[in-house]
Amino acid sequence: MTFSPELEARFAKLLNSYPPGRQRSAVVPMLLYAQDEIGCVTQELVEEVAHRCGVTALQVDEVIGYYSMLHRKPLGKYHVQICTNIACQAVGAEDLWAHACKNLQLGNKEVSPDGLISLEEVECIGACAWAPAIQINYDFHHQVTPEKFDRLMQALADRTYSARPS
Amino acid sequence: MRYNEPSPLEQMIISYRFDLPNPASIDTYLANDGYVAIKKVLGMTPEAIIDELKVSSLRGRGGAGFPTGMKWSFVPRNTGKPTYVICNSDESEPGTCKDRLLMENDPHQLIEGMLIAGWTIKSNKGYIFIRGEYRYLIDIVDRAIAEAYQRGYLGKNILGSGWDFDLYTHTGAGAYECGEESALLESLEGKRGIPRLKPPFPAVVGAFQSPTILNNCETYSAIPWIFRNGGAAYAALGTPKNGGTRLVCVSGHVNKPGVYELPMGFNLLRIVNEVCGGVRNGKKLKAIIPGGSSSPVLRADECDIPYDFDSLAKAKTMAGSGGVVVLDEDTDIVAVALRTIKFYAHESCGWCIPCREGTNWLKKILSRYHEGFGDESDIDLIAELANNMLGRTFCALGDAAAMPTAGFVAKFRNEFEDYLKKSPRFQPAPELAVV
Ligand SMILES: Cc1cc2nc3c(=O)[nH]c(=O)nc-3n(C[C@H](O)[C@H](O)[C@H](O)COP(=O)(O)O)c2cc1C
Ligand code: FES
Repeated sequence: MTFSPELEARFAKLLNSYPPGRQRSAVVPMLLYAQDEIGCVTQELVEEVAHRCGVTALQVDEVIGYYSMLHRKPLGKYHVQICTNIACQAVGAEDLWAHACKNLQLGNKEVSPDGLISLEEVECIGACAWAPAIQINYDFHHQVTPEKFDRLMQALADRTYSARPS
Repeated sequence: MRYNEPSPLEQMIISYRFDLPNPASIDTYLANDGYVAIKKVLGMTPEAIIDELKVSSLRGRGGAGFPTGMKWSFVPRNTGKPTYVICNSDESEPGTCKDRLLMENDPHQLIEGMLIAGWTIKSNKGYIFIRGEYRYLIDIVDRAIAEAYQRGYLGKNILGSGWDFDLYTHTGAGAYECGEESALLESLEGKRGIPRLKPPFPAVVGAFQSPTILNNCETYSAIPWIFRNGGAAYAALGTPKNGGTRLVCVSGHVNKPGVYELPMGFNLLRIVNEVCGGVRNGKKLKAIIPGGSSSPVLRADECDIPYDFDSLAKAKTMAGSGGVVVLDEDTDIVAVALRTIKFYAHESCGWCIPCREGTNWLKKILSRYHEGFGDESDIDLIAELANNMLGRTFCALGDAAAMPTAGFVAKFRNEFEDYLKKSPRFQPAPELAVV
């Protein structure tokens, strides 16, 4: 497989970071970084990572089900993750989640028909003091009210979304 | 950046650079006490370093509050194997959001803390394990590492000492269990994050089967200050055996939620009322979850205590990861208990049966109870199931699930009972007519 030069550079650096003979360590980071570029973990990617790290495809395959951020099917272009854990729950995250499902017409881990948005209910994302918190791809958004949420979704639909955290 | 206004009651010794312009850059760090401690430490013996840490009474900020100096003293010397320094920045305990600020605003402080650990055990390699969701922090920390290499604080022959140290980031990919130290090490080796049998502890057999220092991000971040100002000065900030300050993450029903650096032993009620402006909307306090979702809940009448490891342990809960979740009088405790156990059931790695099955049964029973199909006997069943998990699981995730659940039932039994009255009671299936 061929990847972008930036990703290739990242892979080269990764494989160099671990002690000699310990290149298996690069498996999980490689899968995650590659998934960000190609959309999901394909069988081809599994074999490529196995080859580069010098392990069997099975050894790569077995970690995929374990890590919740690794996906075998593509997510939406924008993956909307809503935390409903206790700190967020306390300040209305469950209502926010219900609001999101209704307005986006999506359930947990579903992708919109046009592939633009996917939705996931997630566990604590480390923004508890600024709850309710969501992540769109890797961007954090804090104190998200239903109105703020709708504005963000509108920006996604209008392609005016800027990745700056708010 | 900061995401909340600081409080005048804070005592900032590890967060004071957060407000400077360009806080993450090495120039800011160097202009503000940066890399002063490592210069001093390079002239010290491992014994002297560990003694200073013991004097500081610094305790691990990851959850268990283990004395850091003692932990470092367990690392065997001269085994002939390489040694490693690992930072736990997996930060996934619900209620906790402080390591994020430390890496975003002061990555060099963390690097310097890890350098001191590296020099102490003459390690040549360290890894910062950062949860996958914190991608932007991986970029920030990678940039800081590159700056440190350029200026000779990482790499070969650091500051002319003849000692080499390389540091790397390593991303997680979504798993709470990978914050447990031995599961983290498995994950670092490219495997599923399943805990290892202990002992041996990571100090003896850790990363790549070698002696390892493994600490939380905030623990390392406190270390440069200790060596600039002395262990005794650090200890004096806190309470006996609980040295220094701590980044307390306050969330939930307060007027000013946020992360605040407070001296150890600061009164918990004062945190709510003075630091955070009291319970919001003029409501009354019902309960506080004091140290992340794993810590048993405190009723309002139990909250007038010093916030440190020993005082909370005495109150049969824990200061854990520093996540304080404040709940007001309108909070539905059964709903909080259910959300908590859903988390642990989702995050149980499935390796040992009491945890895998126990968390799922608790989730099923609590779900049923919450939906109104509970029965009087369920209350004892929940408590009994939780208490039977305690101490019987492979790693502490099972305890982390059982302790708060048992706590909710013990402290708020009346609320569980009230649920039976207000909820639609279970209707027995009609008897089949016998024709
Ligand atoms: C299920 C589980 C999850 C944990 N998650 C974290 C975590 O996210 N971050 C952390 O620093 N420690 C976490 N810990 C504690 C670590 O196992 C370990 O004790 C800690 O990182 C040691 O560092 P310290 O001595 O500096 O606290 C967790 C423990 C358990 C049992
Ligand atoms: S509980 Fe939602 S971010 Fe921590």
